[in-house]
Order: sequence, then C-alpha cells, then structure tokens
Amino acid sequence: MGLLDKWRQIKQAEAEQGIDHTMYLTLKEERRISRENNRIIRQFEREKNRKNVPEEEYLTKMRDPNNVVEFENLHTYFFTDVGTVKSVNGVTFDIPQGKVVGVVGESGCGKSVTSLSLMQLVQAPQGQIVSGSIRYQDRNGKCYEITKMPRDKMLKVRGKEIAMIFQEPMTSLNPVFKIGEQMDEVVLLHEEDATPKMARERSLEMLNLVGIADPQKVYNNYPHELSGGMRQRVMIAMALSCTPRLIIADEPTTALDVTIQAQILELLRDVKNKINGSIMLITHDLGVIAEMADYVVVMYAGRIIEKGTVREIFHNPKHPYTIGLMRSKPSGKTKDNRLYSIKGQVPNPINMPNHCYFFNRCDRAIEICAEEYPEMVQFTDTHSAACHLCRNGGLMDTNSTKEQR
Amino acid sequence: MWNYLLKRVALALLILFGVSALIYLLSMLMPADYIDNQTAAAVQMGTMTLDDVQRLKELYGLADKSLPGIAKSYLKWLTSALSGDLGYSFVYGRPVTDVLSQYIWISFLIAFISYLLEIVIGIPMGIKASVNQYSAYDYTVSVFAMMGTALPSFFLSALLMNVFAIRLGILPLQGLTTATKIFPHNAYFQILLDKAWHLVLPITVLTLLGVGGLMKFTRTNMLEVLNSDYIRTARAKGLSEHTVVYKHAFRNTLIPLVTSLSGMLPGLFGGAMITETVFAIPGIGYMALRATQQGDIPFIMGYNMFLSILTVLGMLISDIMYMVVDPRVKLS
Ligand SMILES: Nc1ncnc2c1ncn2[C@@H]1O[C@H](COP(=O)(O)OP(=O)(O)O)[C@@H](O)[C@H]1O
Ligand code: SF4
Ligand SMILES: [Mg+2]
Repeated sequence: MGLLDKWRQIKQAEAEQGIDHTMYLTLKEERRISRENNRIIRQFEREKNRKNVPEEEYLTKMRDPNNVVEFENLHTYFFTDVGTVKSVNGVTFDIPQGKVVGVVGESGCGKSVTSLSLMQLVQAPQGQIVSGSIRYQDRNGKCYEITKMPRDKMLKVRGKEIAMIFQEPMTSLNPVFKIGEQMDEVVLLHEEDATPKMARERSLEMLNLVGIADPQKVYNNYPHELSGGMRQRVMIAMALSCTPRLIIADEPTTALDVTIQAQILELLRDVKNKINGSIMLITHDLGVIAEMADYVVVMYAGRIIEKGTVREIFHNPKHPYTIGLMRSKPSGKTKDNRLYSIKGQVPNPINMPNHCYFFNRCDRAIEICAEEYPEMVQFTDTHSAACHLCRNGGLMDTNSTKEQR
Repeated sequence: MWNYLLKRVALALLILFGVSALIYLLSMLMPADYIDNQTAAAVQMGTMTLDDVQRLKELYGLADKSLPGIAKSYLKWLTSALSGDLGYSFVYGRPVTDVLSQYIWISFLIAFISYLLEIVIGIPMGIKASVNQYSAYDYTVSVFAMMGTALPSFFLSALLMNVFAIRLGILPLQGLTTATKIFPHNAYFQILLDKAWHLVLPITVLTLLGVGGLMKFTRTNMLEVLNSDYIRTARAKGLSEHTVVYKHAFRNTLIPLVTSLSGMLPGLFGGAMITETVFAIPGIGYMALRATQQGDIPFIMGYNMFLSILTVLGMLISDIMYMVVDPRVKLS
C-alpha cells in the first residue's frame, strides 16, 4: 500500500470519527473570508472613528452602583485570515468598588482580551468588540458605556481612571526613554495644569511608594539598566501615579522569579489598601488568587464557566474544570502551581463546538454534554457555574457520571 | 565599544588590501589593455609595428603579464599608493587624485540632494503606510516603491528623458550646460540656474530609485515597533495616537534609520555610474566608466580604492551613530 493511500485511509477514518486536526481552506473560501472580514471591520472602524458623538449616546446606568465595572455578555472577536476567532464569547461579571477580582484560566482562554476590551485596546482592526456592553462608573458617579465611547474620550479614561500593568516587564517599557520621562508623561497628560517639576515630584513619590530604595537614581535610569522585578515596580508606580479607580494587572508576576513574585504580590496588596481602588487581577496561578482576590472568575475558551467569592470557589467548586484546577494546584507554595496539568486541549477557537467546550477533557461528562452548551446555574447570589451536572442544584446530586457508569 | 571599532578598522584595512590585489589582477588580465585599444587602428593601417606597440607597453608598465610580473607591478603600485600617490591616469593624462578631487563634487551634489529628498519623502510615507497597514494608501505606496526599486536606472532615465525632454520639451535632455546659449561672463546666477535646471532629471531618477527602499525600510521597522509591548503601554497610559506613533514608536524606528542613513553618507561621493552616463553629467561615475572601458589601470585602481574606503567609512559611521542613538549600547 502506498504512503498516499495510507494517508487517505487515516484521514477517512478520522473523518468518520469527526476528527479534524486542521482547517483546510480553498483559495475561494480564503477570499470569501477576507472579503467578509474587510466589510465587517470597515463597519466597526467607521463607528469608532466618529467625531463629536453626543455624550448621551455613551452614557448609561450601572446595574449595581457599588460596581466600578460591569461586563455584560461581552463578545470580542478577531477577524483573521483563517476565520473568526471568538476570543471572548459572552462574558458577564462585575468588579465591585474596592475589591480584587481574580480572573483565572489557561493561557489563550481570553483573559487578556477581556481586559483589553475594557481599555479599548484590542488589536484593531482585526480585533473588534462585536456585542455586549462594558459599563464603567467614574469618580463622580457618571456611567459610561465603553463599547460605544469615542476614541478621544477613551484617552481620558486610560491611564487616569483605569491603569494597566502587563505581564512582560522586560518589554513593556520604552527602551529609548528614561524611566523618569516615561513616568512624568502620565502625570503631565492627565493632571490639570501639571508642571514638569510637579510631575517629577509625583514620579519620585510613586517610585518611593513601590519600595524603590533610590528613586532619584532609578528616575534617571533607562529601562535596560533595571532588573525585571524593578521594572515591574516601575510599571506599578506608573499605574498608580494618577490614583486610578481600577488597576488591571495582567499576569503581573508570571514572568518573574519566584522570590520576586512574592515581593511584587506583597506590593500589590499593599498598594490596594493604600489607594482604595479595585484590582482586576489576571493570572493562571491559583495561589495568587487565594492570597489576593475577593471574587474569582474562572474562564475557559472565551467563556466564564464558574464565578463566585474566593471562599465559594476554593471550598465549594462546582464545575469539573474548576475542581480539576483545585486538584492540580500543589498544596505548598512551590514554583510551578500552574494550570497545565489537566489532560487534553482547548477546542479550536475558530470552530467552537455547540456543546460544552470542556466535553473532550471532562471525566464526568453525561449524554447531554455532547448536545448543548450548559447554561449558567446560580447557587448563591454570588456563585454560579455553567455545567449540566449543576442543573439539579449541584454536582454531587448527579450520579450518572462517566466514572460511575 | 572602542575596542570593537578598532577591530573593525583593522579588519577593514585587511579587506582593502585583498580587494586592491584582486582588482589589480583582474584589470591586468583584461584581454585588450589600454595600449592595444589605442594602437589597434594604427597597427591595422600599418603606421605602427608590433615592436612599437611592445615598446609602448613597456613604457606604460603593461608588458609583463605573467603572474610574477603582475605581482611586481602591483607592489610598485601599492607602495606609491600608500604614500598617497595613485599614479597617472592613462586616459586623462593627469594624476588620478586630481581627476578624483575634481569630479566627485558634482556627483556628490546630485547624490546628496536626492538623498535629502528620499529622506523627506520616504520616511513620512513609510510611517503613514505602517500606521494604515493594509489600507489603500499602504498598497499604493508599496506598489510604487517596488516599481521604483525594480526599474533599471537606464530605463527610468530613458523614460523620463523621453517624456519631459523630448515630448514635452520642458527639461534639458543631457549635459550640465545649454550649449546653444551664450551667457555673459558675469551672469553667475543665470549660469547656476541653467546648471540646476540640467540636474532636475538626474536627481529625479536617483530619488525615485532610492525612495522606495527607504520607504519600505521605514514601514517594516515601524510595523515591528508598533506591535511591541511598550507601544501597548504607551496607549494604555492614554497618550494620543499621534504621540504614540511620532514619539514612542518613531524614536525607536529612528535607531535603524539613523544608522543606515548615516552609513550611506560617504557613498554619496562615489558617483552614479549609469545615471551620470545616460545624462552625460561629468561626474566621477561617468569618468570612471570611460576609464574602465579603455583599460586605464591606474584610474580603475584609484577609483575602486576610493569606493572601498568610502564603504569602510560608511560602516564605521554607522557603528558610531548606533552608539549615539541607542541608549542600550554602552559607550565604554
Ligand atoms: N491580535 C490577535 N489576533 C488574533 N487572535 C488573537 C489576537 N490576540 C489574541 N488572540 C486570540 O484570542 C485568544 C485569547 O487570547 P488571550 O486573551 O491573550 O489569552 P490569555 O487568556 O492567555 O490572556 C487566543 O486564542 C488568541 O489566539
Ligand atoms: S457540562 Fe458536561 S462536559 Fe461540560 S463540564 Fe459539565 S459535565 Fe463536563
Ligand atoms: Mg494573557
């Protein structure tokens, strides 16, 4: 039998079993996708580029006035050449004033895209917020619909009301400007009638606040002259300089050494108490969540599969994925408490199945799991999960799991 | 860093030496040398004998074409070259250094003006194309840039000459002065204007040839920078798109731009052989082509050494500028 025949046989068998490793696109399909994408993208971009949008169009009301941010059924897609990547696919959660909300999930599940959507920083033009809303309440109690906000208005929110700390301290600072210059810039931009002298004083004060021993020296350093931990401190100092209402920390410790990780976390906790703001803490480290967060949101393949208070998630996890995460988390504080230990792969984000996304990895799947996507089931005011097993009030009530069959 | 530069210089000297030997060997091995070219007609008509030719060759140092002979004459050339004497040009009958120093200036003028034009046109266009990646502007500019880089210079020259000099008749065809016009001696300004008018087409050709590459280079580097993490940080601070692009991104793109552009500076003295020839501009490129065609070995050697030195200088300037514009490179 020739190699080609063998290959065909394998493919045939796979096709019968419904396995599709790759997406094969004909030239025609590719062109169709590209044309379609261009059309959609142009439409969104035109909407965003509008000038002099009346304020009423993007003013809104919070569901709960105690929240700083409310995500509701947010969909953020990337229109790529191989198809539409549904990175965030219907996400709903709140960030209450003064609280830390932890967002956990495997790499690629849409945590960063969720946070970037809030900043209107999703990589345009391919990345677009397709539907849903993100509501933001500023210091004066005014509420904005971020998804409808024009670009120039958004500039006043970024860095001032909501600040961001990124995963890669080594590459997140501009290599050709001194630390001081990069820090002063934020103050000069957002504080009314700020003078260079004032900005400098503020920057030095912030550097001092984040525990940098010699602020004067660091102020005059270039980023490459600092270590990763120091640069992350600088990033935090920069984020704090306009006392934002919300700080988004996107895996702030992932790229750092274990010892430095602990210091940076300590610093974040410290800072949170000092500024009385909220933190959206993105991580795939459950240890970090346990120490820092008040609320936890567990994401999987662009959706929230479980959310609740830290107590609820850690002591009473409902979704098999969350349970898996808890199990794979080492008890002690070792360096590799990451989430990779659940077998199997996340489904292809372009071709999402219409059943539970966790089905192929779930060891408790029942028949209905292969048929429809489970709805969110509410357990308490704060705790809910999306799993068919939970429909009768909780996981333990169901006994027709795979293991027991 | 200075150590590194010193090493670069030492290596460059070695390369210069190798290049000179190779060029010398190749030009000596050309099948018909300068004397053959000059005397062919006379020999054919019988006014000169082969003995006369041989005597002439000895006079010019072209008689012994065996390897040891070439080596000997090369060493002679090398020792005098090291003392700054590049010998007499066969064709121009003057010291090679004289010819060089006389004709490089017009070449430099043309090249320098088009260099400036390339910078003021190519860089802003490259930035705009990168900011609007995949837009109609980006595609249009890229296609024109590709055309400019891909067209042979003689073709582009001929095309422009045809359109602007022959069909429309608004620009002069060739040369540096209008032969049919007689200017009074003190009409300096008019003479200057006339010369400038003659330089419009050659400068246009050189600019069109170079601007595409610079535009592409700017675009590629800008795109890379615009996708980096620190640009996302800059946007997250709330900076306007203008500040993000022209301050944070462009300052980084400036590093490769400044290093490569400054490295090009010495090369501007080297002349544009084809363009100068097509437009009959008496620049160093034009002179070099004529000399090469006739086997003028001292001039070929002198000109090529000059070019090699310019290249080496360019590399050194590039390195030094790199240290100046990139704070990450330590000056120690
Ligand atoms: N610029 C982009 N273009 C296309 N796809 C993207 C882009 N950015 C992110 N994605 C996709 O979106 C999904 C979610 O990414 P992300 O939010 O960065 O994951 P994480 O949870 O690790 O932060 C991934 O599947 C990724 O491939
Ligand atoms: S819905 Fe079914 S497949 Fe999905 S997590 Fe629950 S039990 Fe597993
Ligand atoms: Mg991420």
